[in-house]
Amino acid sequence: MQKKTGLVSYLSDNSRPLSSFFYFALIMTIFFAAAPEVFFAAKFHQAVMTTLPIIIFLVIPLVFIVTMGEIDLSFASIFGFAAWIFAGSIKYFGFDPFLGLLVGIAGGAALGIFMGCLVVYGRISSLVASLGALFLIRGFLFVVSDSKSITIIEIRDHWMYPLLVGKFYGFPMQLFWAALFVIISYFLYHRHVFGAHVHHVGDNPDSAAQMGVNVDLTRIYCFMFCGIGAGIAGIFSTLINFTWWPTQGFGFLLLAIAGVFVGGTPTWGGVGTILGAVFGSGVIAYMETGIVAMGWSGLWRQFFNGLIIILALLGHRFHGNRIR
Amino acid sequence: MEPIIELKNVTKKFGGITALDNASLHVDKGEVVGLIGDNGAGKSTLIKTLVGVHKPDNGDIIIKGQKVNNWNTKKAREAKIETVFQDRALTPQQSIVWNIFMGKELRHPFGFIKVKEQIDEANKIIREIGFTSKLIDANSPVGNLSGGERQGVAIARAIYNDADLIVLDEPTTALSLIETQKVFDFVNNVKAKGRSVLFIGHNIFHVFDISDRFIILDRGHVVHKLDKNDVKTPEELIKVMKDTVTGGKS
Ligand SMILES: Nc1ncnc2c1ncn2[C@@H]1O[C@H](COP(=O)(O)OP(=O)(O)OP(=O)(O)O)[C@@H](O)[C@H]1O
Ligand SMILES: [Mg+2]
Repeated sequence: MQKKTGLVSYLSDNSRPLSSFFYFALIMTIFFAAAPEVFFAAKFHQAVMTTLPIIIFLVIPLVFIVTMGEIDLSFASIFGFAAWIFAGSIKYFGFDPFLGLLVGIAGGAALGIFMGCLVVYGRISSLVASLGALFLIRGFLFVVSDSKSITIIEIRDHWMYPLLVGKFYGFPMQLFWAALFVIISYFLYHRHVFGAHVHHVGDNPDSAAQMGVNVDLTRIYCFMFCGIGAGIAGIFSTLINFTWWPTQGFGFLLLAIAGVFVGGTPTWGGVGTILGAVFGSGVIAYMETGIVAMGWSGLWRQFFNGLIIILALLGHRFHGNRIR
Repeated sequence: MEPIIELKNVTKKFGGITALDNASLHVDKGEVVGLIGDNGAGKSTLIKTLVGVHKPDNGDIIIKGQKVNNWNTKKAREAKIETVFQDRALTPQQSIVWNIFMGKELRHPFGFIKVKEQIDEANKIIREIGFTSKLIDANSPVGNLSGGERQGVAIARAIYNDADLIVLDEPTTALSLIETQKVFDFVNNVKAKGRSVLFIGHNIFHVFDISDRFIILDRGHVVHKLDKNDVKTPEELIKVMKDTVTGGKS
């Protein structure tokens, strides 16, 4: 047999992100064909560009988690928790918003570590553990906030505001932060010892342990990363809306998980793709905001969302089964 | 001579099963020790305890004269002990390079991987193993390799890191005659360099040929420690084993 030539081998090595890109392109084509005048209106994309970064902050760490053979649902509540710390510390304790941001992200990281410890030392499956944490943290937020929102209009005047969520030639700044997040995550995933260990643990935790990989610590770090991503997402959401509210982030739960799988990361662990997840997030973000922006009935949104998820997953089946 | 590693009165239980009962052994510098015993005798459990996969319920592990605490696989590798496990300890969906460097990645500062160096080294290793298929390169997933090739990767990985002690748990099953001979040449090489090998094998003739000493395990007990003066031929070694096992001590 001959070694595959450059292009063919490139395509087959990157088939997962490429097909995610294909789904993304397909959706864009459909929107374009359906209503070109809407498609070329800046407003149509602006709504998406505001939501997309938040979805990316959630989806990328989930790719690490799923690659590691675990799942985390608690991110949707950690989102609200970190944002609550951020908004609350500014409003009630007079924190400088930048300090509030650091404390908020640290809070997300701490909850992530807590999740990791629950899975590693409590030996609970991550699905069940994070389901419990999802409700526990959300319940905590309802109680401590007495179900009331926190508004922090004043952050608009802080130096951080234009830097994080201002506009740059019409593009929302959070898009650039999300891009930076993707780049860092890409290198972590593919070229860093942490990413390598995440792959090994997801592939075969016993082998990894036998070769001296600290499996427990890798798991805990990975959940911590997820907490950090959720924290950043929550804080960005609060910055954009000037408000924290008790159910904040809950709506992203299923969307972010869908983004991972539409993005081409399989469910079984050991493999995944960061770039694919970016396109997966794009698909989800456009489906969420696009259908309404097109002037179609919002009643159809979930239906189309489900349809594209199922079709995308059927498509990803062609990348084959798990190698054993 | 000071042993480079020593197990003292180690007991290891899995639930109701006592896989190791008060087992002791040591490996000196520059010797090849053959560990033999029936299926389920506890050989793999013994070496896994030795290299930190299992935590012993009782007993001590002594490395270069020092009793160690919280012994684990990472510390074992840092102490220059490399192991080829019976199940090979590979991750099939990951590339050959990533498997070769698993747990001991070549690192830049801040933990970034030296991607190019790793690939170059892996390609060298692949050439040495002598993979025949041109489709295989450092980035091929290990899961696409044959059983013998996978074993080659596991053995090459142990060789790559200049270890003081190499532990081989049935390294020659699934290997062809020529490959088996390569493994023996390698063992002799290691010994010639003054390093040590702990060799587990089912084929007594193989074990006899390359070992300086023999340890016989039976149902978790170390029942015999012999050297080549005690048993002159493989047949004698087999006889000792048979006598022990039919001796029916429990
Ligand atoms: N992780 C484990 N959990 C429970 N029992 C185990 C475990 N590992 C080994 N055992 C038990 O311990 C005993 C010794 O097993 P071990 O694998 O050490 O034998 P062995 O001498 O290596 O056998 P073989 O020659 O077949 O490889 C067996 O009864 C086995 O069932
Ligand atoms: Mg064994």
